[in-house]
Amino acid sequence: MSEIQSTYNYKVVRQFAVMTVIWGIVGMLVGVIIAAQLVWPELNFGPWLSYGRLRPLHTNAVIFAFGGCALFATSYYIVQRTSHARLFAGGLAAFTFWGWQLVILLAALSLPLGFTTGKEYAELEWPIDILITVVWVSYAIVFFGTIAKRTVSHIYVANWFFGSMILTVAVLHLVNSAEIPVFAAGILTPKSYSAYAGVQDAMVQWWYGHNAVGFFLTAGFLGLMYYFVPKQAGRPVYSYRLSVVHFWALIFTYMWAGPHHLHYTALPDWTQSVGMVFSLILLAPSWGGMINGIMTLSGAWHKLRDDPILKFLITSLSFYGMSTFEGPMMSIKTVNALSHYTDWTVGHVHSGALGWVAMVTIGSMYYLLPRLFGKPEMHSVKLMTVHFWVATIGIVLYIASMWISGVMQGLMWRSGNADGTLAYSFVETVKVTYPFYAIRLVGGVLFLSGMLIMAYNMFKTMAGGSTVDAPVLVPAGHHA
Amino acid sequence: MEIMYLLVPLSVILVFIIGIAFWWSLRSGQYDDLEGPGYRILMDKDKHDDSSGKAG
Repeated sequence: MSEIQSTYNYKVVRQFAVMTVIWGIVGMLVGVIIAAQLVWPELNFGPWLSYGRLRPLHTNAVIFAFGGCALFATSYYIVQRTSHARLFAGGLAAFTFWGWQLVILLAALSLPLGFTTGKEYAELEWPIDILITVVWVSYAIVFFGTIAKRTVSHIYVANWFFGSMILTVAVLHLVNSAEIPVFAAGILTPKSYSAYAGVQDAMVQWWYGHNAVGFFLTAGFLGLMYYFVPKQAGRPVYSYRLSVVHFWALIFTYMWAGPHHLHYTALPDWTQSVGMVFSLILLAPSWGGMINGIMTLSGAWHKLRDDPILKFLITSLSFYGMSTFEGPMMSIKTVNALSHYTDWTVGHVHSGALGWVAMVTIGSMYYLLPRLFGKPEMHSVKLMTVHFWVATIGIVLYIASMWISGVMQGLMWRSGNADGTLAYSFVETVKVTYPFYAIRLVGGVLFLSGMLIMAYNMFKTMAGGSTVDAPVLVPAGHHA
Repeated sequence: MEIMYLLVPLSVILVFIIGIAFWWSLRSGQYDDLEGPGYRILMDKDKHDDSSGKAG
């Protein structure tokens, strides 16, 4: 095996991994600011830093900057290691890094300045949309090119999750961002109108919106889960067969859950019901995957006691199970009649976003960083444990306060007097949420503090580390 | 709901593509061994202080 001279491309993985932590801090800081604005409205400074402009900045930063960089870093690492091949088209891979950072910078500038398409999770204007498309196609070429040059015949299940994520997100982005630019507005102050109108636009928007959750934030991060949980536990995934079934079941059934975002709207009833049924079906593959991940530790539960990385990964799976149960329940129309437009939805999103996506990302980054910087482990294992507890307490405060506030809002909005008038005015429901908004802010501050601890730990680990690329290994069982 | 004339065919095309990928994965023997691949990623030493991973 010593004749193997080729190395894995760790440089681009390293860049994306470091930026994951940086953008995580930025995105969550903006989240903390808007949470504070809801407690103290005086914190809305001018139009640029008002809630309405900072909120899309928060969602874009945490989903596409933090989550996106995490997906790039881990998929590039996993596809190389499991394919036993160096990343295809190194120059193009470098372009995906700088291109994606440019997209993020343009978002950070254009959103506070007020340039928006007004479509949730797709607010960026048309010139940025085009840049996203170019970067994403490059990503697909690098990823599938690496799969094509693999030196083992089997494609590990994590790569299937990443591959489906890349393809689906491309289709979603192209269809939902179809827009007619107002060229007279100029490219520097862009303005566009959606290609669809009215309820048709709403349908496309949530077809995109929910599938973005399903493929970007679920399928992609399941790719991380299926690699880093077995690796860190030092045991194969509980059932490889189940992981394959999980993959095909999930992608065959995911596409039509979107209409549950439009219950009791102008969307036709039958479309709403289709969305509800598909959302309920999703419970099965989701829980199959969750059980598969957690049971990987079966017989080795003691490892959870002193391994903070496993703590992060297994807790993330618990939150994945919880939010994939809560989601289908909330998609049932009668439940949705209570939960829709309330803070319950916000709590649900964050149990998925903080509990699942952020926790599995943090665990994976703690696994990756020492390996990328030539260290045996992170600078401080103790600080990782501190991070875990601070983050977990933060999430629990966040979700619990939003549950209480949400159910309270829903009940107050629907309660009426005997004469048919509403029992509560809207401002009364705002007033009762006040203490829970304060608790949510505390939860967010805790989670952000955890990320700052992580950044300190990361820079300490990087200091004096060597950035040498690991040699491409001949796959086990192949005797060259 | 004219938008369904776009979204439904799109989903059908996607499911068709997924079906082809599934068919290929079955035919090309991706799932002939549903135990080994789980173990094989563990035999890939990627840790810095792991001497067995240095030269292979």
